[in-house]
Amino acid sequence: MADLTCEFLGIRSPNPFWLASAPPTDKAYNVNRAFEAGWGGVVWKTLGEDPPIVNVNGPRYGALHANDRRLIGFNNIELITDRPLQTNLDEIRQIKKDWPDRAVIVSLMLPMQEEIWAKYVPMIEDTGADGLELNFGCPHGMSERGMGAAVGQVPEYISMATSWCKNVARIPVIVKLTPNVTNILPPAKAAMDAGADAVSLINTINSIMRVDYDTLQMHPTTDGLGTHGGYCGEAVKPIALHMVAEIARHNETSNLPISGIGGITDWRDAVDFLALGADNLQVCTAAMIYGFKIIDDLTDGLSNFLDNKGMSSITDLVGSAIPSVTDWQYLNLNYVEKAFIDQDLCIQCGRCHIACEDTSHQAITCSVDGRRHFEVIDAECVGCNLCTSVCPVEGCISMKAVSDGIDARTGNPIQTEKLNWTMHPNNPMKKVP
Amino acid sequence: MSDKQPNIQPGRLDKETVESNFSDLHPPLQSSEARIEAERCYFCFDAPCTTACPTGIDIPGFIQKISSNNLRGSALTILTENIMGGMCARVCPTEILCEDACVRNIPGDKPIEIGLLQRYATDPIFENNTPLFTRKPPTGKHVAVVGGGPAGLACAHRLAMLGHAVVVFNQDKKLGGLNEYGIAAYKTVNDFAQREVDWILSIDGIEVQTDMALGTHFTLKDLSDEYDGIFLGIGLGSVNKLDIPGEDLPGVENAIDYIGKIRQSKDKTTIPVGKNVVVVGGGMTAIDIAVQSKHLGSSAVTIVYRRGPKQMGASTFEQKLAQTNGVSIQYWAQPLRIHGKNNVAGIEFETTNVDQNNSLSVSGDKFHLNADIVFKAIGQTLDNQKLGQELSNLSSKRGKILVDQTQATSMPGVWAGGDCVLGGNDLTVSAVQHGKIAATAIDRALGAPPDG
Repeated sequence: MADLTCEFLGIRSPNPFWLASAPPTDKAYNVNRAFEAGWGGVVWKTLGEDPPIVNVNGPRYGALHANDRRLIGFNNIELITDRPLQTNLDEIRQIKKDWPDRAVIVSLMLPMQEEIWAKYVPMIEDTGADGLELNFGCPHGMSERGMGAAVGQVPEYISMATSWCKNVARIPVIVKLTPNVTNILPPAKAAMDAGADAVSLINTINSIMRVDYDTLQMHPTTDGLGTHGGYCGEAVKPIALHMVAEIARHNETSNLPISGIGGITDWRDAVDFLALGADNLQVCTAAMIYGFKIIDDLTDGLSNFLDNKGMSSITDLVGSAIPSVTDWQYLNLNYVEKAFIDQDLCIQCGRCHIACEDTSHQAITCSVDGRRHFEVIDAECVGCNLCTSVCPVEGCISMKAVSDGIDARTGNPIQTEKLNWTMHPNNPMKKVP
Repeated sequence: MSDKQPNIQPGRLDKETVESNFSDLHPPLQSSEARIEAERCYFCFDAPCTTACPTGIDIPGFIQKISSNNLRGSALTILTENIMGGMCARVCPTEILCEDACVRNIPGDKPIEIGLLQRYATDPIFENNTPLFTRKPPTGKHVAVVGGGPAGLACAHRLAMLGHAVVVFNQDKKLGGLNEYGIAAYKTVNDFAQREVDWILSIDGIEVQTDMALGTHFTLKDLSDEYDGIFLGIGLGSVNKLDIPGEDLPGVENAIDYIGKIRQSKDKTTIPVGKNVVVVGGGMTAIDIAVQSKHLGSSAVTIVYRRGPKQMGASTFEQKLAQTNGVSIQYWAQPLRIHGKNNVAGIEFETTNVDQNNSLSVSGDKFHLNADIVFKAIGQTLDNQKLGQELSNLSSKRGKILVDQTQATSMPGVWAGGDCVLGGNDLTVSAVQHGKIAATAIDRALGAPPDG
């Protein structure tokens, strides 16, 4: 059995799965239930100054459903904790006492004034919490007040607040980043340079779920008015993976520990994040949809995966996919793949044909010798992977490398030496070898 | 053989049981079920299900519209190609048509429930009597449609849409043909056939004359004098005979007539039903009468068919339906003689087999089945007694009217479709297609431009 123990910034937890700062970690009752279910740690719902903020008393959540009512995207307009600070601090202290082997991190959001940070950070540390997470990511409500994503979108602000916190903090400080930026590297670097021990990402994405088709108002609303919320759930995972990988693969930030967040629903998502450079994982939406019991599959599935791979701990997995991530300009333009349809598996639905015919390269037949037959025309196939994506039968269409001979499409011989854009003759800026 | 009174009586089961026995064979899908089922559709290119549908409904198209909750659009997609899409959703043997062609069958998966989805999409139209089609400006042309069954109504509706004035002559009181008189009650509950007829007629431009039979009340000559075009959708009015001794005994019934009786009865516990019932034949009609007899309380119902399960006109689904309802099916036997003095008492069969050329021969083994009622369900034929004179000028083959690809008969100005033509296959859906094709052809013949 692989060891799922996670040591992140010196904070140990029995597994890498922490509940992200959000409604599931708002109070001791929920956190106790989470720990009973087996979660490795929690990031306590974001604390702020007293008096507590006020939440709306109407819908806080919006959903993107598939037709089978599976919830694939989710958004919220809930703010930080709406309970008095002391209540939270008391509960955190008790939880840490009751669950010494679990990670208890406290999320924090404060105005951009150094003395305020100096006042609150020690109060939180006094609870015995293992670490702090600075919420520079929340994109709704609090950002209108100059906090949350309003900080995370300006590297200078990240830097200021992080250093104010680090000036007084003795426990590790994690900076939680907003994805509502065009490039995640400057915020990550600002946090790192200001002394952050780690970053966590992503927070939620600015979003409006839909309109109500009867009233033609945005949906949901609070008494007829709505506002953008933070988007999360399965649908955001690819965005999160990209941002995690960007930080993990760039030299300047590659040593910065990462807590990966964004749509983790089952163990395969955990593998994605870990392999692309996350050292630790946070989960919220999946727990909010299915309850805390999903931790069973997350841990069990990850453990079985590591065993199958012959890996003894999650550290063996962390970052293993990073060498395969690069810039477009370094992709080998001499490499040729063609789609291949396994006729034994083909169910004759023709989706590959119509997708290719209508929207791509007219490289799949619909009939051969007068009978319904779907076959790749190598002379047209650019290897784009569209047919593989739309085929409903897993494994029926595969991409196969053409390693020698002639590319039927170009008529040119397959080149075995690599050639990327930086060296390509068509590139006016090509580097002279 | 004994000649005691046959054991035929009504009310073998209590009313509640009978009502439950005659409830919807395939209850409609709930909206959540329909959405999930719709989601399973692969939206195939040049979809095999559409090719398999005699009316060519764009099945993936209507299913995608269910998936997006565009039910009106979905119903329009269906009913544009098949005006009886509501009935076909209930009675089509989808397991040998669209659902058989579903690509999900190829890896052994369950096909999409196309029939149920079609019903889900169309039910609201009939429930709310929603108009979907409008008429073109009047052309001033008049067309007579003889027969108000699926072929005739489909033809009439399309002609009305195209702006022609249509008169439907129907020999029965109610329109609908076999939809109304010839299909098991549990396939079309809540008077659906009439609701569908009402909706079809609501387009306007269709006048209906009931109790008007060709050859009895009017002639083709009368019609051609008065109308610009004639469509014959007269079905098959006569039941094939067994041509065996005893066939005329009381208790030997035409299955199709009995099915009509059951359909028309308000209280099915009043219908007399035999204790022992034997059905001779292998089509849907045989199944419909056998299962309904069982549902009315017959204790032993046997279908006897002269060939095997594969050759049976009733689909595998229908055969299983009969068997799971307690009907036994005896394959490979044909009737020799019906016993009884004053009434049917039993029927004797001889087993059969086929040679290499697939021609049937008897093997000489005989067996006897007790029967209070023997139902004949070996197919129908044109009623030559009534129609002989009328049809003598139309080319026909094997007792059915010959038509070309546009459903035109050999007589100028006369088109025909449905079960009465050669190539008809006892299916509502095929009859509708005939009516649709004929209407387009008639429209052209009456002067519409080819693409009109």
